[in-house]
Amino acid sequence: MAERRIIVIGAGPAGVRAAEALVAGGVRPLVIDEGRRDGGQIYRRQPDGFKRDYATLYGTEAARAEAVHQAFDRLRPAIDYEPETLVWNISEGAVWTTSAGEARAVPYDALIVCSGATDRLVPIKGWNRAGCYSLGGAQIALKAQACAIGHRVAFLGTGPLLYLVAHQYAKAGADVAAVLDTSPLRGRMAAAAKLAAQPDLLWTGAKLTFDLWRRGIPVRTGVTLTEIHGDDDDGVSGISVATRGGTIRRFDCDAVGMGWHLRPETQIADLARCRFAFDAPTRQWLPETDADGRTSAERIYLAGDGARILGARCAEVTGELAALAALADLGLADKADRRRELTAQKSRYRRFADGLAQAFPWPHDLAARVADETIVCRCESVTAATLRASIVDSGATETNRAKAFSRVGMGRCQGRYCGNAAAEIVAAARGETVEAAGRLRGQAPVKPIGISTARRNS
Amino acid sequence: MSVAPIRSDVAIIGGGIMGCSAAFFLRQRGLSVTLIETDKVGRQASGTNFGNVRRQGRPIFQLPLANRASRIWRSANELLGADVEYLQGGHMRVCFRDRPENVGAMEDYAAKAREEGLDLELLSGNVLRDRFPWLGPDVLAGSYSALDGHANPRLAAPAFARAAARLGARIVEDTKISAASKQGEDFELVAEDGSLFRAPILLVTAGAWAGPIAGWFGEPVPLTPRAPTMTVTEPVPYAIAPSVGVMTPDEIETVYFRQVARGNIVLGGSTRAPSYPDEYRAYVMPQNTLTQLEHIRRLAPGLAPLQIIRVWSGIEGYTDDSLPVMGPSASVPGLFHAFGFSGAGFQVGPGVGETMAELIATGATDIPIAPYSIARFAE
Repeated sequence: MAERRIIVIGAGPAGVRAAEALVAGGVRPLVIDEGRRDGGQIYRRQPDGFKRDYATLYGTEAARAEAVHQAFDRLRPAIDYEPETLVWNISEGAVWTTSAGEARAVPYDALIVCSGATDRLVPIKGWNRAGCYSLGGAQIALKAQACAIGHRVAFLGTGPLLYLVAHQYAKAGADVAAVLDTSPLRGRMAAAAKLAAQPDLLWTGAKLTFDLWRRGIPVRTGVTLTEIHGDDDDGVSGISVATRGGTIRRFDCDAVGMGWHLRPETQIADLARCRFAFDAPTRQWLPETDADGRTSAERIYLAGDGARILGARCAEVTGELAALAALADLGLADKADRRRELTAQKSRYRRFADGLAQAFPWPHDLAARVADETIVCRCESVTAATLRASIVDSGATETNRAKAFSRVGMGRCQGRYCGNAAAEIVAAARGETVEAAGRLRGQAPVKPIGISTARRNS
Repeated sequence: MSVAPIRSDVAIIGGGIMGCSAAFFLRQRGLSVTLIETDKVGRQASGTNFGNVRRQGRPIFQLPLANRASRIWRSANELLGADVEYLQGGHMRVCFRDRPENVGAMEDYAAKAREEGLDLELLSGNVLRDRFPWLGPDVLAGSYSALDGHANPRLAAPAFARAAARLGARIVEDTKISAASKQGEDFELVAEDGSLFRAPILLVTAGAWAGPIAGWFGEPVPLTPRAPTMTVTEPVPYAIAPSVGVMTPDEIETVYFRQVARGNIVLGGSTRAPSYPDEYRAYVMPQNTLTQLEHIRRLAPGLAPLQIIRVWSGIEGYTDDSLPVMGPSASVPGLFHAFGFSGAGFQVGPGVGETMAELIATGATDIPIAPYSIARFAE
C-alpha cells in the first residue's frame, strides 16, 4: 500500500497533538504552519535569544505549554514540517502553499485543519486609530517581543482574555488605565454552574480579577461603547464608555486592546467547501463537524479553536481526536476506546465554553447599534452608514450582497474582523435575525500573497 | 387550483446587465415589463466580470453597438441616479515584442475602427514609455482609446434594475422559470414556486443558462459555461488611469488590469476554468491564479511587489464562435434573445438593453445585429 499523506495545518496545541497521534498510528504527517516556530498563538515560543522562563511566559498554563513544546520537539524526526508556510487555497484534493514567495500544491489523503482563532471585535468610533489593537495582538506583542502596545493601555471587550491580558500587562509593568467589560456581572453568576466544569480556570479568573482590583486598576462591567478619542497624527488619546448608570467615563490612554472573546478561523474549511451551520448561542456560522471533527467535505477534519472556540486545553483533545478519526477512516488504526475517552473530555470543555458564552456574551446589540459615522470595515474604510445604505437604499438582502454594494469585508482581512459585526448591522437594518443575514463567503487567498509569487518546480 | 398570472407587455428571463438595462429602456418607451431572475439581479457574470468598458478588440461590425453603449456609460450616473463607478481613464491594448505582426494588425484595426467612429492612438517607442512608464520591456506597441475605461460590475446591473423599478418595471428575484411556452398570442412562464407570468413578448437574457430556454422554443443554442480568473490587490495610491490589456492570439497571454479609484488593482484573464451553472458555482483554480500573476508580471513588472487579497469567478456562457445571440427568434414571433456574450458583454450591456428595447418597441433598429442571429445554430 502506498504511503498515505496526512497533512496537519497549524502547529498549535491541536496541530501538535494531531501530529503526535498520527505518528503513533504509523503515519509520517506533513505539518504546515504559518508560524516561525510551533506553539500556535497561545503557546507561542519566544524568539531566539529571549530568556524568559515558562512561568513568566505562560503563567498558570506553563506546564501545558512546556508539554506541548516538548511533544513537538520529540516528534520532529518523525514528521515533515514546513514552518512559515501559508496555506492560501485548497482545490481538488490538494492544499496550495506559499513560502518565501514560492507556491506549490501538496495533495493529501486526509487533511486536519487546526487553524486557530482570532479576536471577535465590535466596531467602536475611533477604533481605526493608531494604537488600537486586538487583545490577542496585545498579548502577542508582550509574549513574543516583550513589548507593550502603549505606555498607558485601556482594555475593552469581554471574556477571560480581557482580564488575562490586562493582568499580564499590569504584571509586566505597563500602566493599565482601565478594564472595561461590556458584560454585566450577573451573567457570570448565572453561568457559574457551567463554568464549574473547569474549577481551576474559574479560580484563576477570580484571582486575576482580584489582583487587578488590588493594584487599583479600575474595572467596570456592563459598560456600553462610546468612543476612542485621538487624532490622525498621534493616534489614541483616550477612551470613553457609558457605565451602567449611563454616566460617560473617560480614561486617558495611548493604546487600547480590545476583543470580545474569539472567533474560529474558518477560511480553509470554507474553501474546502465544508458545510456551515448557524450556532445560535454565539450568533455565528461554524463549520459542521461530528463529535470526532469530521466535516461534510470528504477527508477533511477540523480541530481546536478553528472548529469551535473550546480553548487551548480542549484543542489538545480535539487535535488527537481528529487524528484518530482520520486514521480510522483510512483504515490505518482504530482506537475506539481512546476516542470515547476524548469525546467525554470534549463534552466537559464544551460545557465550560457554553458557560463562558453565557457569562461573557457577544454584545450583538452594541454591534447592531453602532453609530453611523463609525468605520465598520477598517480594511476598506466602510462606515456603518454606507453599510446601512446598501440595505436601505440599494436593497441588499444579506451580507454578501451588502458586501458587493458597500465593500464591507472586501479588504485584505476579507471580513474576518468585521464580518460578525457587519452581519448584526445588516440584520438590524433588515429587521431580521442575524442567521438570515448569512455569512460572508470566503475567497482565496486565505491571507494576502504577492503578485511576485512563483510556482515552485516540484 | 390556478394562480392568477402576472401580465405585462414584455417578460424578461434573466436579470443580468442585458435584462436589467432592457427593462429600464423598455419602461422609458412606455411598455410594461416584468423581469424574472433566479437569484439576485446582476449576481452572475454581470456582477463578477472584470469591469472593462472597452470598445477596441471587438469585431468591427460590433462597434456601432459598442458606441451606443459607450454613450450610455458616460451618462450612466445621471441616467440611473446611482454611482456605477464609471471611470473614463482610457483603454490601452498592447502587444509584445515576440509578436511584431500584431503591430500591423493594430494599425489595420485602427483604420477600420476610425470609420466606425472609434479613435485609436497608436503608440510605440519612447512615446509609449513616457506616457505609460509601468509597461514592461516586453511590450512593443499599444493602441489607446481615450473615451473608454472601466466601471464597477457589482453595482451596474443592480443600478439598472433599481432605476427600471422606479420607472414601474416589476423586478422579481429569487424566482426560477422552469417552463415557458407560447399559448395563443401570449407567452406563459411557469416558475418553480408555481407563479405564472404572461406576456405577448418574451426576452431571454439568461446568460449561461439561456441555451435550454431557447431550446424550449425549438432553437437550442449550445453554450459552454466557463469561469474567468479574477483577482484584486490591496489598495495602493491611485496612479494608473487606463484599463490595460494584451492583444495576442494565445489565451494564456491575455491578461488585463485596471486600478479603481479606491486604489485596488483588478487583474483578469489568462485562463478560464469550467463552471457549473446547474449548481450556480464557479471556482478559481489556484494554478490559474499563478499563471495569471506570471503574465501580469510580464505586462507590468512594477506590480510585482503588491499583494493580492482576493480572487473570484463567475459563470459565463460561451458560444462556439464567441459571438452573442441577439435579436428576434428565427421561428417564434414575439420571442427575442440577448445572451451568449462569451465573456465580452459588460461594456455592450447597456447598448444591448437599449437596442433590444428599440427593436421590441419599434420592430427595427439601425444597429447591425444580423451576425448575431440565432438562425446560425440551426442545422
